Amino acid sequence: MSELATKVPKLNRLFKFQFEKAQDCYVLLFPEGMIKLNDSASAILLQVDGNKTVAGIIAALEADFPDAEGIEEDVFAFFEHAEQKRWINYV
Amino acid sequence: MSDNGQANTPRPGPPLWLLAELTYECPLHCPYCSNPVNLGSREQECDTDTWLKVLSDAREMGAVQLGFSGGEPLLRKDLEQLVAHASGLGYYTNLITSGIGLTEKRIAALREAGLDHIQLSFQAANADANDLIGNKRHSFEQKLKVAKLVKQYEYPMVLNFCLTAQNIHQIEEVMALCCELEGDYVELATVQYYGWAYLNRDHLLPSHAQLIEAEAKVNAFRDQQQGKGPHFIFVTPDYYEDRPKACMNGWGTTFLTVAPDGSALPCHSAKILPLTFPNVKEKSVRDIWFDDFSFNHFRGTDWMQGPCKTCDEKDLDFGGCRCQAYMLTGDMYKTDPVCSKSPQHHLMAEAAAKSQTPERELVYRDPKVKIPVTEI
Repeated sequence: MSELATKVPKLNRLFKFQFEKAQDCYVLLFPEGMIKLNDSASAILLQVDGNKTVAGIIAALEADFPDAEGIEEDVFAFFEHAEQKRWINYV
Repeated sequence: MSDNGQANTPRPGPPLWLLAELTYECPLHCPYCSNPVNLGSREQECDTDTWLKVLSDAREMGAVQLGFSGGEPLLRKDLEQLVAHASGLGYYTNLITSGIGLTEKRIAALREAGLDHIQLSFQAANADANDLIGNKRHSFEQKLKVAKLVKQYEYPMVLNFCLTAQNIHQIEEVMALCCELEGDYVELATVQYYGWAYLNRDHLLPSHAQLIEAEAKVNAFRDQQQGKGPHFIFVTPDYYEDRPKACMNGWGTTFLTVAPDGSALPCHSAKILPLTFPNVKEKSVRDIWFDDFSFNHFRGTDWMQGPCKTCDEKDLDFGGCRCQAYMLTGDMYKTDPVCSKSPQHHLMAEAAAKSQTPERELVYRDPKVKIPVTEI
């Protein structure tokens, strides 16, 4: 877990992350496909800029959502999933 | 009955996928081409302004994936302009190309215009077979150069191989080539039989044994990849299945094709059906998608006859492909004969048997030049 916290994620160049008005949600677009994202995945990906570490992302989200619980677990779980799906890689 | 003439069918969502077939003209002449046998003439093609409006209107409705296809879309001089417009609108833009004519100058201009992805086709794993199937000399060499440029300009690269009896024996060489070229995704697509491919089906359809062998080789190759290298997608032909494909994810639910002459179609093959399809030169994309008779005709399940009508799988596969039902049975309302519940399912086994001993000569997309397939 602590090892993941020091890593710097960036979006895999195969994917494009944007808000889709017609879907009313953020999506990941890739060759001939689209993945709709839930609010928590969207909030995390909005923080992925190729500079922040995972720990930095957690801190930023905790500042933005002071009332939310379990942010750290959510973020770790998301990055494990995102790496497996090749949505992100680490700088 | 709602005012769009279709009972019990909810208003569909927007088209998510727009396929812009810019021209049917192509430097290659592959006998497996899915374009219609009647290619029309270039004079009938939509002009730039018509395409710009189609792109704007479909995006406004919610379309997000956009394929520039053909024929060979690079033959349109306004491609860069269309890509720039589409990119500005927020589409994910896919260029589906043979690579012929994709110079470094153009690949850089397309990057500048905001093109997101390039899908490059190959006909085989080596020059002799590749150039013979496409009936164009030096095309393999050009495709290799283009693949390098695609990587150099940092596009995601999908490699597409249409597998037929002409090249399926090369499957291992094909996969090795894809690794060498560093494709991100690879479509190993056994050809579906529409357009020219249907005309040449007896030459192209692999035997069931060939197909099983190829699939086993793909699975073995994947097993030793250890998560590295291209992501291989193997698409099987439905001729050996006993349940039909959920064609186009359901008629008029997801896909909108605009043909070079402006015909709006629920799939790229639908023009063969005895239905009158609207044209974007005369009608807005919104009116076409929501209200045109042809688009509403096969939405939902009310149009079905037996055995689909009472089938508990009708919401899974929508009765299969309307074009295939029409081509094989002569009736577009019938169950896709791929389905084992179809009284005409025997047609599939008959087609497979016939394919092993073709009676007619292979027809290239350019009928002026013919090379016998036995030379491969």
